[in-house]
Amino acid sequence: MPNFIMSYLGSTVTPGEAGNQFWALIYVLIIFAGVSVAVIAMNWIERKALAHFQVRLGPMRVGPHGLLQPIADAVKLMLKEDIIPAEADQFVFWVAPLIGLLAAFTVYTVIPFGPSQAVSDMNIGILFMLGVSSLGVLGVVVAGWASNSHYPLIGALRSSAQMVSYEVAMGLAVVSAILMTSMNASGTGTLSMIGIVQAQQQQGVWFIFKFFPLGLLALVIFAIAMIAETNRAPFDLAEAESELTAGYHTEYSGLRWSLFMLSEYAAMIAVSSIAVTLWLGGWMRPFPNLLHAPAWDFIFSLFPGLTFLGLAAIAFIGTARMPSHSFFKIQCIGLAVFAALLGFIALLLLVAAVAGRSADTSLAARFNEGIGYVYWFVLKVAVFMYLFIWYRATWPRYRFDQLMKIGWKVMLPISLGVLVLTAIVGVIAS
Amino acid sequence: MNPGLNAALNSGMAPVATPWFFYALAGMAVVSALLVITLRNAVHAALALIVTLLSVASLYLMLYAPFVTGVQIVVYAGGIMVLFLFVIMLVNIERSSKEHRFNRIWPAGLAAACALLALFVSAFVKGKALFADRGMPLPESSNTQQIATMLYGEAGRMGQYTFAFEIASLLLLVAILGAVIMTKKKI
Repeated sequence: MPNFIMSYLGSTVTPGEAGNQFWALIYVLIIFAGVSVAVIAMNWIERKALAHFQVRLGPMRVGPHGLLQPIADAVKLMLKEDIIPAEADQFVFWVAPLIGLLAAFTVYTVIPFGPSQAVSDMNIGILFMLGVSSLGVLGVVVAGWASNSHYPLIGALRSSAQMVSYEVAMGLAVVSAILMTSMNASGTGTLSMIGIVQAQQQQGVWFIFKFFPLGLLALVIFAIAMIAETNRAPFDLAEAESELTAGYHTEYSGLRWSLFMLSEYAAMIAVSSIAVTLWLGGWMRPFPNLLHAPAWDFIFSLFPGLTFLGLAAIAFIGTARMPSHSFFKIQCIGLAVFAALLGFIALLLLVAAVAGRSADTSLAARFNEGIGYVYWFVLKVAVFMYLFIWYRATWPRYRFDQLMKIGWKVMLPISLGVLVLTAIVGVIAS
Repeated sequence: MNPGLNAALNSGMAPVATPWFFYALAGMAVVSALLVITLRNAVHAALALIVTLLSVASLYLMLYAPFVTGVQIVVYAGGIMVLFLFVIMLVNIERSSKEHRFNRIWPAGLAAACALLALFVSAFVKGKALFADRGMPLPESSNTQQIATMLYGEAGRMGQYTFAFEIASLLLLVAILGAVIMTKKKI
């Protein structure tokens, strides 16, 4: 058994490619747990960041600086009464949150956290991602219909119209990035997520900077469309609380409602990963070709450890600044333990980085490399996740006709123009 | 075992097409297709149709045609079915579910279904004699690229199906223009 595990850790292909169901299952479980933890963390960060944008404190009571608030919320949602309205369509009402959840999590099978850190590398990776994530709208539509109530139905109608419109611009932006993958000697592009990142590595440029400003424009179009696709502010017309109470999930409560939230956040992470993979170089660290000396490798491999060290430092400062009243004693101890935990992780990562440097073919080096890939990927995704919060705090909600006008009369022509120009520039350049 | 699958196995592809998966997916497709025409509620029927489309998409995946699978999911399950639901939700379900389901053309429908079944059976029985086995399975890893070569051709050479493909896209363009003209009162 240890031999088996060791032999796998040394392999350089995804479990899907190796045909290894056991490792595929382990990867799926890791990703599922990771995404769930990320959603919990995102929930806390969103509430805190939104509060600070509005000069409030946000959650402060449950745990130090409200750190345990998401867990308290989860417990509350699980204990809450789960009501199915008498006039609702029982079966469809029951199945709707699961559709959204399935669509949001199935997408993660092809997300490349590293050259071999993905469940599977499909030949149609990006097509699969777009297709399956577009199935998520079915959950929203069906939930609104099954509630048999006016506001949810209006929310569902808005949502389906919105998603179908923005999918067009999104698809065209993606196509222009895929066109860029074919700018090599053989002239064949790829749809595989890992292949797209490798194409960027081969061409020595992230696609956001390729054919400037065409790549940047495509990313901007995608970034706008992905907010509309995930029903986030300022495009959250489907759940506009000032008009529709809560839109499509008005009639949902308790655990079922939390499933909608979980799938919304999971879908946000998934679309951010598409943007990172297509335009921001996926798992690659900054300047992998320019600064490729072993010394640079070592410096960049210190980053994960240093990040955790920084987090630990913030937690320690928080502990030190805790009021010295005896009321805060338990919270103070809790935060100190949390800081110590973060510091321990940082120490572990730094030790791994140093160990990986001295023996470059060993397992430590492989481990170190993998940590680096996942770290840079997650960091880039985290930037997009923060942007989601920032947009929500900054912009007022659009009116529905404005939303449609932007989708069809602004985004679609621009994305078509970017696609055509990318093709022309590509032909001239090759 | 047919030569196509043999060639596929020889070229190093793992046999994903285990019979168990095939029967499970085929059964799912048939059962949900029957539900589409027997369920009284239009939204339930549309959901059953989505299940049918997805299980057929999985069958394409087992036939080493990932690109067709992707397109099936994007276009049918993700695009067209959302529009279907969009329209159905605006219809009064209460009234339509009380109406008589099968109208007078059902004998014609049955005849058409039987003819299609006969066609499938005959293709299954004497398909080998009727259609020449090309013996050219597209390798899974470059399936999409091969389809592109067939549709658009390689450098300096027109593809096998370029003309038909372009004509089909022109037809779609005509349909789009027609839809726009029908919705606009004044152009």
